[in-house]
Amino acid sequence: MSYKSNNGNDFDVLIIGSGPGGYVAAIRAAQLGLRAACVEADKLGGVCLNVGCIPTKALLSSAFVVNEMKEGERHGIRTEGVTFQLRPAQERSRKVAEQMNRGIESLFRKNRVTHVQGFACLAGEGIVRVNSRGKESTFDAKHVVLATGSRPKDLPFLKIDEDRVISSTGALMLENAPASLVVVGAGAVGIEFADVFNAYGTQVTIIEALDRILPLEDADCSAVVERSFRKRGVNVFTGARLEKAELREEGVKLTFEDRTGDTHELDVERVLSAVGRIPNTEDIGLENVGVKTENGFVVVDERLRTNVEGIYAIGDCAGRQLLAHKASHEGVLCIEHIAGNARGGLDYENVPSCTYCHPEVASVGLTEAQAKERGLDVQIGKFPWSGIGRAVAGGHAEGLIKVVRDKKYSEILGAHIVGPHATELIAEFVLGRHLEATMEELEKAMHPHPTLSEGVAEGALAALGRPIHI
Amino acid sequence: MEALSPTMEEGQVVKWHKAEGDTVAEGELLAEVETDKATMELVSRATGTLRRIIIGEGATAPVGAIIAVIGTADEDLGDVVDVVPDVDGREAKEEAESRKEPETEDKRGIGEGPTETYKKKSDKEIEATIPTGYGSRVKASPLARRLAAAVGVDLFQVRGSGPGGRIVKRDVMEAAEQVRARLPSGTMAAADGGEPASPDYDDIQLSQMRKTIAHRLAESLGPVPHFFLTIQVDMDRAGQARERINALLEKRDERVSLNDLLIRAVAGALRQHPAVNASWQGDYVRRYRRVHVGVAVAVDDGLITPVIRDADRKGVAEIAREVRMLAARARAKKLAPEEYTGATFSISNLGMFGIHQFTAVINPPEAAILAVGHVEEVPVVMGGQVVVRRRMRATMSCDHRVVDGAVGARFLQTLKAMLEDPAAVLL
Repeated sequence: MSYKSNNGNDFDVLIIGSGPGGYVAAIRAAQLGLRAACVEADKLGGVCLNVGCIPTKALLSSAFVVNEMKEGERHGIRTEGVTFQLRPAQERSRKVAEQMNRGIESLFRKNRVTHVQGFACLAGEGIVRVNSRGKESTFDAKHVVLATGSRPKDLPFLKIDEDRVISSTGALMLENAPASLVVVGAGAVGIEFADVFNAYGTQVTIIEALDRILPLEDADCSAVVERSFRKRGVNVFTGARLEKAELREEGVKLTFEDRTGDTHELDVERVLSAVGRIPNTEDIGLENVGVKTENGFVVVDERLRTNVEGIYAIGDCAGRQLLAHKASHEGVLCIEHIAGNARGGLDYENVPSCTYCHPEVASVGLTEAQAKERGLDVQIGKFPWSGIGRAVAGGHAEGLIKVVRDKKYSEILGAHIVGPHATELIAEFVLGRHLEATMEELEKAMHPHPTLSEGVAEGALAALGRPIHI
Repeated sequence: MEALSPTMEEGQVVKWHKAEGDTVAEGELLAEVETDKATMELVSRATGTLRRIIIGEGATAPVGAIIAVIGTADEDLGDVVDVVPDVDGREAKEEAESRKEPETEDKRGIGEGPTETYKKKSDKEIEATIPTGYGSRVKASPLARRLAAAVGVDLFQVRGSGPGGRIVKRDVMEAAEQVRARLPSGTMAAADGGEPASPDYDDIQLSQMRKTIAHRLAESLGPVPHFFLTIQVDMDRAGQARERINALLEKRDERVSLNDLLIRAVAGALRQHPAVNASWQGDYVRRYRRVHVGVAVAVDDGLITPVIRDADRKGVAEIAREVRMLAARARAKKLAPEEYTGATFSISNLGMFGIHQFTAVINPPEAAILAVGHVEEVPVVMGGQVVVRRRMRATMSCDHRVVDGAVGARFLQTLKAMLEDPAAVLL
């Protein structure tokens, strides 16, 4: 049934989904004096907060401590008889997620955002029907923002059952570290879980179809992580083709071809499928109002408007980078456009990406290869962390900082960091790019000594051909 | 340099009334300074001896810069020299010199006409021309500055699309693209090949006012979404009313113009339509309780908009007196800041130039401006007869964030009714 709303009585803005896109949009709407509601079918905070970014970071922090303990002797810690158990780390991870979840509840209360529990479905333009445990209610809203997110993708011959074949969600629920695990897909998700399970004693094997792990990052960063993983006993097969997966009583038997064409068979306790995500755009009534999609993603313009007036889409369900911070920024921009005080769109070339494995990887802008593909005249600066006192003192000096500079106007085209706290350090490049600083400004701004941030300045200097400490 | 007007960012010393060594008293006239609006008097804030003049006549300094040093007659200025590295004035004076006679290099700019040249500069030249902050009043990203210097785009001519009108890379690229598009096809090759044969253009130095106009109007057309409403008004009865008023004023040797009548009618209409007497404030709309009408006055180097305060409470004769007095002061560049700020609505009348109809650019934060054409005799069909009537076209530019089409249209209806039946003004 489809009918047209004539009022928008209940809310100015109704947001479907409370992930980092949806809840941020709801708060921003309330700040701007709009009557805002946020409908959530599951827990506030969406995947990111409950079964994504946040709990994973808790586990990775635990894994980091575990790895430090393994090398504790260099700090004077005797590690005989020490055991590492995943269960308490998982429990801590759940607690962290719950704490953050409650935080959103209180943010909603503080900002007077109406939280509607239930599964929302577009019933007409400006009309949203919410099913809450069989009970249906209908809301009128002037503007409806779709922020329904995404979920792990299945491979046709490797269906996720969250038992033997798990997704990231299942991985966060495992009580004990499996004896062996194959990670299919070496993007950020696969690499992070490989890091965690390796720390807790699992024999981890990574299988990636493309020619390197973290294929979206600069090749130099991929190489550093791969080297580090191999050193810790992780098996890495890149350029490999997974051919068969047979579910067995006690695990999975995988058949795959490596890059040289040799076939391998592998019996493992569990398989983690991390081959990408698909948008949650079915069952939300898009067809009732005629919202256009492409490969499942809602089609939006630079102001996040769909083809139907009054309906918007942000975050994963609207495509482009499937990243929480991109979703939040789209949420804010979308609402500000609705309120009439925004201009233009987001700069999708300045979206940082982060992988929290050890060593961490973070980047923004163009890779060396992308810059060259665009025919830009670039100068590449590479600076190893071994040249930074603070990194060496901290005991983590593997990796490098790589900066791509446009020779003509000294624009910061891209930055790629692999090493300690890379995910924090990248923010300076994001800010620099946002403000259109040139490489000289980055270098001339004084960085405190001794800190890892000196690496940023040295990276900039390297891209100008005059690093000091190398 | 004191801020002599609320919008002043830099000032040009026109004349020093004291010489080095003269004694000055607090409150005594020290110098005349041309600001973005007018030439203002700068009075001394201290009593003592004028020891050093740092900013010479003709030189410009940003607000807050030290332009002179007043001390006791025999005070050692050594300490001051330490604090102000350019206290001897050499740098500032040199800067002033070089501004008077810019190198040929700098004359190859953009923004004048189809015959400009366009030359790529070497990296060294680029380095030399990158504005370094001091004295450069353009808000632009470092990358935009470098790009502009490299491709020869004058940042003063560029409209910034970043936050607060900040010029970013995209803006400079677009500006450069426009220059390229305007160049005749042969020019570029010639310019790249060497020196241009002879300069067939004149570069006019920007006055403070010209800078402000460019700056403000660009600021306006950028973030202010304009739309335009045009209405035709029958001015016969307004003309008759004016004659009657003038007959009454004859003894006092005063006259009113149709424009004065128009100001009064606009003020009356604004009183009835407070939604138009408003301004956009970023996150709210401000409606003014008082009606202050700005009247654009052409002066030698541009225009300025003196304000008739509370125009809705004044008689036409009083308005006429004020307009004449303010216009004269504007032309003499003697307007005080309070005389040209605070308008809630503006009128620009080009009728005296025979302009039939035009659109004016809104002066932010005002929400609208009325562009008035000349009153002309036109044949009109009235009651089946062709008669000659005096008609005038007025076009209102509206800031759509504040004034919607219907709101503006209703305001214009009221204005039209008042002018077509001037008795309505008395209501």
